[in-house]
Amino acid sequence: MPTRRCSAGARAVSAAALLTLATPFARADMPQMELNGNAEAGREIAMDRSKGNCIACHLIVGGESPGAIGPALIAIQPRFHTKEAVAKQVWDATVRNPEAVMPPFGKHEILTEQEFKDVVEFVWSL
Amino acid sequence: MRNTIAMLAAAGVVATLATPLLAATPAEEKDTFQTYFKARFPDVPFQEFANGSYAIDPIGRENWEAIEEFPPYETAIDNGHEMWDTPFANGKTYKDCFPDGPGIESRYPHWDKERGMVVTLPLAINECREANGEKPLKYLKGPIGDLLAYMAFESRGQVIDVQIPDDDPRAMEAYEKGKQVWFARRGQFNFSCASCHAANSGTTLRTEILSPALGHATHFPVYRSKWGEMGTLHRRFTGCFKQVRAKPYKPQGEEYRDLEYFLTYMSNGLELNGPGARK
Repeated sequence: MPTRRCSAGARAVSAAALLTLATPFARADMPQMELNGNAEAGREIAMDRSKGNCIACHLIVGGESPGAIGPALIAIQPRFHTKEAVAKQVWDATVRNPEAVMPPFGKHEILTEQEFKDVVEFVWSL
Repeated sequence: MRNTIAMLAAAGVVATLATPLLAATPAEEKDTFQTYFKARFPDVPFQEFANGSYAIDPIGRENWEAIEEFPPYETAIDNGHEMWDTPFANGKTYKDCFPDGPGIESRYPHWDKERGMVVTLPLAINECREANGEKPLKYLKGPIGDLLAYMAFESRGQVIDVQIPDDDPRAMEAYEKGKQVWFARRGQFNFSCASCHAANSGTTLRTEILSPALGHATHFPVYRSKWGEMGTLHRRFTGCFKQVRAKPYKPQGEEYRDLEYFLTYMSNGLELNGPGARK
């Protein structure tokens, strides 16, 4: 019962403990993969409400009516330096910042592996 | 700089409220909670928090004020009034259960010492019905929304004053449990209530302005344009849970009643202003 487990863990519980909760659907560590996705496909995912829906929280050039919860997705390469760093952020943003509200797109299997690669490729291009 | 302050303040709220080790009293936690939102929205007069995002979104407010000229919940109030006046099959009426009349919303939710549980108004309504041989009403939508709309309307202006009695530690436990529900991350999206309604209140999710949690409990049931009908607080909880891809708790089950207890307590001092109209 994933919801029960999540609700039992108070915010006071450390992020590390949260990340190691053995929930059946969560994969805390990003597996080894070739980050060779398709950026155009990634754009679709970023704008799709049922997929990445990145536009819900992030300004993306070319996207309409962006939300303003997260930072703008711009100048990504000088900010993240490697594509792998972007991938890790999309996989689970709470690793860098335990307070992050960004959903763990990889860890919680919100995106398939291919969708994940594609959106990483897209974000890396911004 | 402002973002850093906001983040630290939010973290402060989270740390203070979500860490039992710091042993703040509920009254202190409520003050911290309310101070946080007052600081975050310094131009909003206190009672305006009862209007949710319409207190902070000028365009939304304009639309809302236009809607309020012919409130979409008026039919519900009339239907609810009729329900209140209509005797049960056994001849008794709601007044027999609630002798002080329909304007009693500010008495709920409250801790019931005898039964060791939080009692909410919808729960009390169904207990009245069942005690009089009537079928209970569904808790999310339908006729209960009408009756609650009438009772909320008759209770407008009453000041929220939820009590956590000193002489029963289980009441404190229920408050704490409700607090944990509010702060805990859940669902595939890993959001807590706090994720959107504390540190991100006032920011936009796509084009939707996230409402501050202060004031959330004042105006239910609501006519929500999205629903095209009335819905209860627990219906809104259910919707939020589904939106974060979490399995909702049972309406009027222990978790949502404890959550309502905590959430309403955090709005102590605000006046009830239901039923409400929302987008």
